[in-house]
Amino acid sequence: MRNPYRTQAVAFFFLLLATLLIVVPVGLVVVIIVQKGLPAVNWTFLSDIPRQGMRAGGIFPAIIGTFYLVSGAILFALPIGLLAAVYLTEYAKDNLLTRIIKLAIVNLAGVPSVVYGLFGLALFVVFFKFGASILSGSLTLGIMILPIIITTSREALESVPASFREVSLSLGVSKWQTIRHIVLPNAIPGILTGTILGLGRAAGETAPILFTVAAFYLPQLPGSVFDQVMALPYHLYVISTQVPNVDEKIRYGTAFVLLALVLFMNLIAIVIRSKFRKKKKW
Amino acid sequence: MSEIVTKNLNLWYGPFHALKDVNASFEKHRITAIIGPSGCGKSTLLRVFNRMNDFVDGVRMTGEVVIDGANILTGRMDLVALRKKVGMVFQRPNPFPLSVYENIVFGERIHSGAMSRSALDAVVEQSLKSVLLWDELKDKLNSSALSLSLEQKQRLCVARLIAVKPEVLLMDEPCSTLDPQATARIEELMRELKSDYSIIIVTHNMQQAARVSDDTGFMLLGELIEFGKTTEIFTAPKDRRTEEYITGRYG
Repeated sequence: MRNPYRTQAVAFFFLLLATLLIVVPVGLVVVIIVQKGLPAVNWTFLSDIPRQGMRAGGIFPAIIGTFYLVSGAILFALPIGLLAAVYLTEYAKDNLLTRIIKLAIVNLAGVPSVVYGLFGLALFVVFFKFGASILSGSLTLGIMILPIIITTSREALESVPASFREVSLSLGVSKWQTIRHIVLPNAIPGILTGTILGLGRAAGETAPILFTVAAFYLPQLPGSVFDQVMALPYHLYVISTQVPNVDEKIRYGTAFVLLALVLFMNLIAIVIRSKFRKKKKW
Repeated sequence: MSEIVTKNLNLWYGPFHALKDVNASFEKHRITAIIGPSGCGKSTLLRVFNRMNDFVDGVRMTGEVVIDGANILTGRMDLVALRKKVGMVFQRPNPFPLSVYENIVFGERIHSGAMSRSALDAVVEQSLKSVLLWDELKDKLNSSALSLSLEQKQRLCVARLIAVKPEVLLMDEPCSTLDPQATARIEELMRELKSDYSIIIVTHNMQQAARVSDDTGFMLLGELIEFGKTTEIFTAPKDRRTEEYITGRYG
């Protein structure tokens, strides 16, 4: 005879084990980076340019570079992604073409980032002659995160109850007004979740910016969107593998700053999202 | 005076013939009930009047539905204008997840653009008064509409509709989620509203139709079997099927 209590205990054990296996590495990553990186972080590190072949000084240009690139990517991808999502959920007829487009978008999210990098190089840097620049890098990152933003926005729009749309239309409100006043406000939390995901991805990727914008060493701030910049993920790669004798503290400090920057940008979106979530109760 | 006249109205959902040659005249400032077993097409008929069936894929209509002298089934019909004139109360109370106040001014705000606060306040007061909710809710205008009771929510939905100043109120089983007391009060409200609006109510509750309506139409399998004064339909039905249905032997 099987003992149901023992089966349950075994199942519970494996479920817990699986959860711990996920939590522990994440926790360790954070602990190690904070432990090793935090001591390096001081005002000079955050506000100074790199000195002595990046073995001393700060990482300010890379912070600013990543901030510009991520902002640019969101600025480009959020409006376009959102409009595309609205079109696909509210206007596009449910036919073969629409379904192929939706499938293609989902699959685009799985394309390796280095492919986006090469695409950005060919299209923005070479074809449009933007050169290696903030503009090229932002657009490349933007295209990379478009599928994430479209997919999550679509889910958010679809989760708005059909009855809201129906009531609004039955009150003589036009379709666009319904989308504008009822559907979008109720979908904002989900849309922001997609934005957060995209933001984190854009901030952390190295491959897409490698050919399109990132500078190996550029101890000055950009003057326009056609300038190159340093960026945190690439800078981390450079001082970890390309420059000999960089103090471990500086490497972990850079990783810590990248982590903190992503967290900080996420936090802004999370605060906005929770404001909207409070209103949403159905 | 007729509010809505249908002439040889037919409707198909794809291959399914949902309404068959419906000819009826719905009178102004009266309550008309449409009764019949589930799936007989009564809700479909109701949704023809504000063209809400348009959102169903594969829907096709022939015949005429005349409101204010215009056939509303033509492609040229301005649906926004039509739906302002012919409003709908749904089966489930469905206020927006907004405050009581914002729910009521929702349509008015979009239709009239920028309005002064006092004009909006007046709309809210008037609409709530006409659904007999003003005394209950005048101090709770900024609380969420979702915190109200089911009956209050349904009244609020009527108020939200009235704020758009329609002529016709279509009610699709408006009491089906309410308890008997709340149902009685909604029926009372319908009688109050009759002097200002033409009301068409779909109900599967024959007692409700008998209690509240002036005219009744009985539908079966997409056909309008019998249409006339409620008292006549319920006391001396002309068609055997009507009689069987209202005496409980059918459906």
